This record gives sequence, C-alpha cells and structure tokens, in this order.
Amino acid sequence: MNEETLPVIQGSVCPVPLKHHDTIVMGHGSGGRMTQELIQEIFQPHLASPQLLAGNDFAEMIPAPSHGNGRLAVSTDSHIVSPLVFPGGDIGRLSVCGTVNDVAMSGATPLYLTACFILEEGLSTSLLESIVISMSEAAKEAGVQIVAGDTKVVEKGKADGLFINTTGMGWIPEGVEISGAGAQPGDIVLISGTMGDHGIAVLSARGELGFETEIQSDVAPLNHLIRSVIDAAPHTHVLRDPTRGGLATTLNEIACQSNMCITIEESLIPVQPAVNAACEMLGFDPFYVANEGKVIVIVPEAEAEAALTAMHLNPYGKNAAVIGNVSATPVSRVLLKTKIGGTRIMDVLAGEMLPRIC
Amino acid sequence: MRYLDEYRDAALVKNIVDRIDRTITQPWVIMEICGGQTHSIMQNGLDQILPAEIELVHGPGCPVCVTSLELVDKALAIASKPDVIFCSFGDMLRVPGSTGDLFSIRAKGGQVRVVYSPLDAVKIAKQNPDKQVVFFAIGFETTAPANAMSVLQAKALGLTNYSILVSQVKVPPAMHAILGSPTNRVQGFLAAGHVCSVMGYWEYYEIAEKYKVPITVTGFEPVDLLNGVLMTVQQLEAGKHEVQNAYSRVVSKEGNLPSQKILKDVFQVCDRNWRGIGMIPQSGLCLQPEFDAFNAEVRFNVGEIQTRESEICIAGQILQGIKKPPQCPAFGTFCNPENPLGATMVSSEGACSAYYRYARNESVNA
Repeated sequence: MNEETLPVIQGSVCPVPLKHHDTIVMGHGSGGRMTQELIQEIFQPHLASPQLLAGNDFAEMIPAPSHGNGRLAVSTDSHIVSPLVFPGGDIGRLSVCGTVNDVAMSGATPLYLTACFILEEGLSTSLLESIVISMSEAAKEAGVQIVAGDTKVVEKGKADGLFINTTGMGWIPEGVEISGAGAQPGDIVLISGTMGDHGIAVLSARGELGFETEIQSDVAPLNHLIRSVIDAAPHTHVLRDPTRGGLATTLNEIACQSNMCITIEESLIPVQPAVNAACEMLGFDPFYVANEGKVIVIVPEAEAEAALTAMHLNPYGKNAAVIGNVSATPVSRVLLKTKIGGTRIMDVLAGEMLPRIC
Repeated sequence: MRYLDEYRDAALVKNIVDRIDRTITQPWVIMEICGGQTHSIMQNGLDQILPAEIELVHGPGCPVCVTSLELVDKALAIASKPDVIFCSFGDMLRVPGSTGDLFSIRAKGGQVRVVYSPLDAVKIAKQNPDKQVVFFAIGFETTAPANAMSVLQAKALGLTNYSILVSQVKVPPAMHAILGSPTNRVQGFLAAGHVCSVMGYWEYYEIAEKYKVPITVTGFEPVDLLNGVLMTVQQLEAGKHEVQNAYSRVVSKEGNLPSQKILKDVFQVCDRNWRGIGMIPQSGLCLQPEFDAFNAEVRFNVGEIQTRESEICIAGQILQGIKKPPQCPAFGTFCNPENPLGATMVSSEGACSAYYRYARNESVNA
C-alpha cells in the first residue's frame, strides 16, 4: 500500500443524530439531554421564575409575602381542547386563565402556578413555543408566577397534540368568605358579560358548524376584575365561572349548594347576536354553552350596584348585567322568566350537548 | 335576532293571548304534532299563559322518539362493525336500544360520528374509500328530501361504500291513527310547520273532512304557536273544521315541489313500526328497489334482531296524546335524561324531555 492507495479520511464517519428541532419526538421526554434542550430552548426563555431557574425538583415559596393572615387556596385543572389554537386564544392561555380563575373564585389573589405538559410525538415545536409564549403573556396579565413544571411525551396517537395540567395557588385574605353555598334570600345575581362565546368559537374553529363565524373566545384571567368586585362589594357571597355546562349548569350547582332558588330573567342575560344565531341554527341553548372569561357574582342587594359598577370599569366586565335574584323556595331550583312572561325550570345539562335534527 | 325576535315579542304575545281569552267559551283539547313545537311551548312557558280551557297535548312528531326499537338495534349492530363509520344526527346517539346506545358503541371503539347533514356523510364516504359509511336516515318529511338527495349524490359520485339505514315516517298516517283510535281526545290540530314547508297542506283536507277536526298549519315561535291556537279555537268555537295556514311566511299549499319529486324518485311508501305506537300502515318511506345498493339493511346482514323494550315506559300513550309525562310512574324517578327508559326522554323534541327540563317542579308558578 502506498500513499496513493490510502483512503482519504474526510471527517468523522460516525453519523451525528438528527437534532429534531422541528417536532417533538419520544427523546424529548427521556429526561436526558433532549429534555434539557427542550426546557432550555422552549420553556425557560418564556416561563422563567426564580424557582424554575433554581433548577430543583421542587419550588420554594412564601405563601403570602405581604397579605398577613388568611388561607391558602389551591385549584387544579387539566386542559384539553381541539383545536389547540382557536379564535381569541389557545390551549396555553386557556390553561393559565382556567386555573387562575378557579383560584380567584375563592376570593383569593392567585400567586403561583405549576404546569405539566403531556406532548404527543410529532407536535410541532414552533406551535409548542407559541403556546408557551401565550401562557407567559396570560401569566403576566394575571400577575402569577409559574414555579414548577413537568414534561412528558407520549407516542403518536396517544394524545391530541398537547394536554396541559395547571395547578394554582393563591392567598385568601382574612375576612373574605366566598363559597357556592353562600347565596342567601334577597341576594342579587350578576354576570360579567355575554354568554356562550368560548364554546361557539371553539366549535367554529373545528369547522363543524358548516358556516363561518367571527366569534372570539372570551378566555381571560378574571382575578383583577374579581378583586375590584370584592373591594366594591365586601360581602360578596358567591363567585363562580360558568365554564363547562354554561350559565344554566353553574347556577344549578350554586342553587343546590346553597339550598336556594335562583330566578333569572331571559331578557336581562347578555348574548352576542352572532352567538345567538349560531345557537339557533344548531339547536343549542347559549345558556348551556361554555365560557372561559366570565363570572357569576352573587351579592347582597345593598352592594349590587357597587359590584356592577366595579365590573363595568374592567374591560372584561364591560357588558356586565344584573340578571336575577335569590329566594328561599323552591329549594335547589333555577327558574327562568322567559321573554314572553312565562316561567320555567332551567335544568342542568344532561351529558353531551347534542344538535337537534330539524 | 331579526326574523325571530319579531315572533317572540312580549306585547304581541299578550295581544294574541287576550284574543284567545275573548274567543274561548269551553274546554278544548288541541294537539301540536311536532316535538319542536312541544319544546317551544315548554321552553317559553306558553302553557302557563294560555287560558285554562285549552289543553295542549303533545303529538308523535319527534323523529327520534318514534324510530322503532328494531331499527335502533340494527343501527347498533351495524355501528359495531369494525369497517363501518356510522353517521347520525346527534339526537339519536343517546336513544336506548335493547342493549345500549350509539354512545356506548363509540366507547367500545365503534366509529360513530355526528353529522349535521346526510351530505356530510357522503363526503366522509368519499374521503374513506376503504370504509363502509352508513347514515341513519330518520325523520319525517322534513329530513327525507336531504336524505334522498344523499343517495342521489352518492350514486352520481359512483360511491360503492355509502348506504342509509332508513326509518323515514310520514305525518298524515299518524294523524289518521290518532283520530281513528277509540281513546282519541284530540279535537283540533296544530300541523307541523316544517313538514308542511316540504309537503304543503293539501294532504290534510281529507283528514279534516273525515274526522271533522280543524287543522292549522303552525310555526314554532311563540307568536306563531299562539296564532295557530287562536285560529284553531276560532274554528272550534264556530263549529268549523277547515285546514288553515298560520305559517304562511314559510308554507304554501302545494309545498316544495322539487323536494316532493326527489322523495318520489328515491323512496316508496311502506308500512312502518312506530316506537311505542305500533305498526301504522303506509306510514313509512323506504328506498325504491333500484337503490338497493344504497340500502344498509340489504348491505349488512342484520335481519335477525331480538328487541326488548322497557316494561314501565308509557312513551306510546304519550306520543298519542293519551297521557302526559307526569302521569308516568317512572317520570323523573327511574327515568330521566341521564338514564332514559324511552326515547321521549332523550330527544330535544321528546315530550318527556321537555317536561323534565322545563316543568318538573309543580310549584313553578309559586
């Protein structure tokens, strides 16, 4: 063998593994280097907090840095939505707002969130990043920090793109007593805005309506609005967000928990004309369609005006309205006064809402 | 919303109720045919603002409710097959068959999809050439033209993987069955506006004449319904039995002729079993033999079906206007929307469901 017959070595012959920058693969859930890269490239730049940057398997917080005596409120929620991005929001904004709102409904100031991601193999990383950015924006708007997180990857077909579980913690100041069981005879029922926007926006984005709508989801963090309501109406009895099952189902929960009758008037409940039209065509009732940025507020009559004014001053409450009142009997019932003057039961939704035939 | 709010106007409603009040001198039993009308009556609380002399009884016009148990069971059998995508209107998914419903088939891995139109099912068939796509073609004359159209469209597209399971029913034979029954209490009819938009109302003259009952073609909004009641009461009080149209903004006497032609081209009249009522001669539509290739009952071997109906459910008597839902011992106890014994508790057009949702509480007026 002479120099001319020797092979020319041009570089390393061992193939370098592909980086998989564009899509999620199983390796992103291995706990190894790819997981680290995913955290460093996608999650940390947007969701950084001192606790996350500490790099531990736990987060350390002081429960109430400046709120004095009180109680800790905790709520957890798993978020699944198809499609992941819809008019007015995405699963990221939804996962932050949903849990922030659940914590805020206790009268608490939401402070911290944890976030667990179940990613489906094949999910686009740029889509994931845009969802993480929208979580970050929603968290900033709500004024909460994301302090702990986890990521798992499941095989293609085992999840619908991306599931996010968030757990929220908040501090209930001393003296605030809010519960679904708190409604009392003579109380006034208010709602912070139009009903059914989120449900119809998501249905529309799925392309299942057979017609186009311009309806945007109302998904929003309500903690600032709620804080101003409590400041204006310190004896607020009930706060609850009418999410799945809509206004009708949520009012029934409150009526049952409080052993009271809630009577509301159809003509007072705000519904966007486009939502009404979509519901008419599909055979849905907007009072059963989900909302993600609305709150039912029940206060003593003397504080109703103040609560309404406080809501009107917040952009998420500009369409707020008084919709009814609470009475002692018939217990655990929700009654609806119809526009033409009849009165009927407004029941909970039984199972899945189904479109009618003709 | 324009074109709807006008028919939900509280002042107009009061005006018509006042006119009914001034007209009526004695009790009358009036049946609204269509389940959509029943729900509108209960949803708007019309039953509470009408004079006590008027008893509204609820007719058989709920397509989900009258679909025979045998056909529901056939649907379950077909939907369970691994190579089938079974498409249905949403209302049908919760209707109990002998051993379960379409939701339970879906939970076991069957491919059951909700569609808004049979033409969507044709699209699914086109997109899934390796699957058999079956559409559950239920309903009255209202749904029949679109269901027939889906067969014509599938044929034109040369699809060999599309078929329909037909449970079409016709309104006039059911009116004959109710009026001819020895237990009949119905003295006047609010005819179903949507059915009449397709079929017109020429078929009703014979019925009005034979049984001496007034028939008023009626819509679905509060003002429409009350107008229908007013016109029927005026006839009853005057001893008349004519066919009148209180829904002229939608319905003409001859109806939608192109739709009627499609029905004739694709379907033929047949005897049909109505759930809870029994066999009504010449009350159904089934596919003409030349469309056998699109007939799911021919394509799938589901002939031998053993059915088992709840022994307690009185849906049949309710669909004929003999009894009202609260008179059923199971109403609101063993039977509720989560655990329905009969289809009348399931459908958004079923009378039991309407009572359960809107008027379960006797003290509602208190």
